[in-house]
Amino acid sequence: MLEWLDPLALARWQFGLTTLYHFLFVPLTIGMALLVALLQTAWVRTGKLKYLHLTRLFGRIFLINFAMGVVTGIVQEFQFGMNWSDYSRFVGDVFGAPLAMEGLLAFFLEATFIGLWIFGWDKLPAKLHLASIWVVSISTMLSAYFILAANAFMQNPVGFTINEERGRAELTDIVAVLTNPVVLASFPHTIFAAVMFAAVVVVAVAAYHLARGQYDETMRTALRFGGVTNLVAFAGVALSGDQLSLVMVATQPMKMAAAEALYETAGPASFSIFSLGTPDGSSEIFSIRVPYLLSLLSTHTLTGEVEGINDLQAQYVEQFGPGDYTPIIWVTYWSFRWMIGLGSLAALISAVGLWLTRGGRTPAGWAWKVAIWAAPLPMIASLVGWIFTEMGRQPWLVFGLMKTEDGVSPNVTGLEVLISLVVFTVLYGALAVVEFRLITRAAIEGPKEWEDHSDADDIDHAKLATVY
Amino acid sequence: MDLATLWFLIVGFFFIGYFVLDGFDFGVGMSLPFLGKDDTDRRQIINTIGPVWDLNETWLIVAGASLFAAFPYWYATLFSGFYLALLLILVALILRGVSFEYRHQGRSPEWSAAFDRMIVIGSAVPALLWGVAFANIVQGTPIDEAGNFTGTLFTLLNPYGLLGGLTTLLLFFTHGVQFVALKTDGELRERARALAARAGIATIVVAAAFLTWTVLAHLGAPHAALIAALAAAAALTLIGATLANRAGREGWAFGLSAVTTLLAVATILAAMFPNVMPSTIDPAYSLTIENASSTEYTLQVMTWVAVFMIPLVLLYQGWTYWVFRKRVTRASIPVGAAH
Repeated sequence: MLEWLDPLALARWQFGLTTLYHFLFVPLTIGMALLVALLQTAWVRTGKLKYLHLTRLFGRIFLINFAMGVVTGIVQEFQFGMNWSDYSRFVGDVFGAPLAMEGLLAFFLEATFIGLWIFGWDKLPAKLHLASIWVVSISTMLSAYFILAANAFMQNPVGFTINEERGRAELTDIVAVLTNPVVLASFPHTIFAAVMFAAVVVVAVAAYHLARGQYDETMRTALRFGGVTNLVAFAGVALSGDQLSLVMVATQPMKMAAAEALYETAGPASFSIFSLGTPDGSSEIFSIRVPYLLSLLSTHTLTGEVEGINDLQAQYVEQFGPGDYTPIIWVTYWSFRWMIGLGSLAALISAVGLWLTRGGRTPAGWAWKVAIWAAPLPMIASLVGWIFTEMGRQPWLVFGLMKTEDGVSPNVTGLEVLISLVVFTVLYGALAVVEFRLITRAAIEGPKEWEDHSDADDIDHAKLATVY
Repeated sequence: MDLATLWFLIVGFFFIGYFVLDGFDFGVGMSLPFLGKDDTDRRQIINTIGPVWDLNETWLIVAGASLFAAFPYWYATLFSGFYLALLLILVALILRGVSFEYRHQGRSPEWSAAFDRMIVIGSAVPALLWGVAFANIVQGTPIDEAGNFTGTLFTLLNPYGLLGGLTTLLLFFTHGVQFVALKTDGELRERARALAARAGIATIVVAAAFLTWTVLAHLGAPHAALIAALAAAAALTLIGATLANRAGREGWAFGLSAVTTLLAVATILAAMFPNVMPSTIDPAYSLTIENASSTEYTLQVMTWVAVFMIPLVLLYQGWTYWVFRKRVTRASIPVGAAH
């Protein structure tokens, strides 16, 4: 067998690729469903046309994006069985339950009410139609909860017992699985991050039109709405992220040590914003450090002790037997920093933007450009955040119970995985181009279809419903 | 009845729901080149399933997740074993799904034509391969001691498997064309009725062959009579659907072809019972309801969820179909680009 046809490596690449790709669409779906629901609520309550225009515009962007989220999501469910069959056998008794709940409680609701919302503008009373987008928004969050609960089991397995005879983990406490401390922190963290992304997209679209002097009143509203929402969501991201760090130190101390590349146990521990190490990563050449910060993040005290990689490695060898229990340090170190840095930058840009547009002021042209180009920042922050979370879990597939190398399908050949990896890469790449074009075109067109309407009584509801 | 058997029925129910519902989506998609004379026709056809295809497809996600939760070993063996077939199904479903959404976003006829082709391929491939997959599950596949499938994609392409695929392909095609007849007006509706009549005959012949083969292959089973009864009922409702279509009773025709799909899948499920993945290497290696299922506790938890959620799901999905009960008329398709 050729070395590059290693099914394990290919299956890992495929999971990483398809999952990150899926997650390009998920945050915008979750975040935009909420923002569209808020905008439509404003329309129904105030009858101001600008809110209807914004509901329609961002609703359209939401829908283009939603289709991709749905179809790439099926791949996610299938590939546990396709590429990771031994993993599925090992955890299915525990891990399958939240997935099935996600389907029965969330996906059905989401898929049904999205159809009612898109096609039901003229078939449902206004309030019932508004309720349907709220049901969509709530169900996107509900589905996030269940899938994050499943993921939390991989980070911090709870509510189970090991059946040695069957060689599998068996569920003993579903409540424990659904209230895993990891999901309690990662859920708000993920949702707030999703809202940030949707909010900066709203800001970027508004900035594009304001820079051209189009739809001034509507887009100014959008800009302020997006900016404020982004700052509120950033506060949520920061607080829940802090909570997640505490949980991580308690449940996966190695991940926190790897996030800081902290080799030796230290207390008080400083946090490096930037560092250059020797190529093998064992020692440091140069770094910019904030004293006490890592102790503060990890323990909520200034001088608390933070365990280092070397001590943890020794401890794990004693506990689990010989082996390397260290994630790839440069990946965890840098992904952790990029996540925080890009997310903070997006919030900073919104704060400056709100300041520059206060009281109806119009900023200089460069400010609009910055707002437009800032649109992908929270998305990239979310993606590197996932890279950090999942790479920081390595070498474990389920922390302390199963290593990644033991979960792969034993009967699937490297060639088969390679074929599917290539197919998904090509297909996803092509679709990304189409998707990006359609979304930018919708954004650039803006609320054009509405120019001829001057007051709310003009609206023909039959024309609001989508026709494929 | 123990919980594992109950979950065999619940998982079966989700797959039946999926095939009945997405089955007509597939048929509607495949009918485009046969029924769509111009772009308005094609848009009329696609809009018959516009509000519902996504929720229909969600039945697959729920069926798959329930399989994972209730029968992890079945899920693991099936999905890793039928690897390339499932890859093709996934690619097809992706192309079909985005095409519905993207088709009307373009400005040129070439753009629409390209996505129409993807809708046709994206509907035909799963319609064929789901039949191949389920026929092979029933027939048995090379499964080793560790529960792993040891064949390849070509192992699945045997006569019985291919006949199963052809059966679902034709059944879903007719089912979907009947749905178009039920949901459109004017000339398109007439054309759909005529096509359903012709396709119905071919479906009866192929489905009868497949069902007969299935019954004969399981004559030794203790519940052979049940399998035969289900198969016979499926054949009768299929004939009934074709007759109703001829009589111009579109609602009856569609309803009966839905029942045919239900009974045909039920025949398959009855034929595999109590196995879920019989092994052709050694019957001792077969995955059964008993040895492939989750623990009693997990099944109890899931039963509570299912008992509360399934009626609710049926209720709001039924209501959605009620909201969109009207025919998609030619006049309702706006001239020029959508939006």
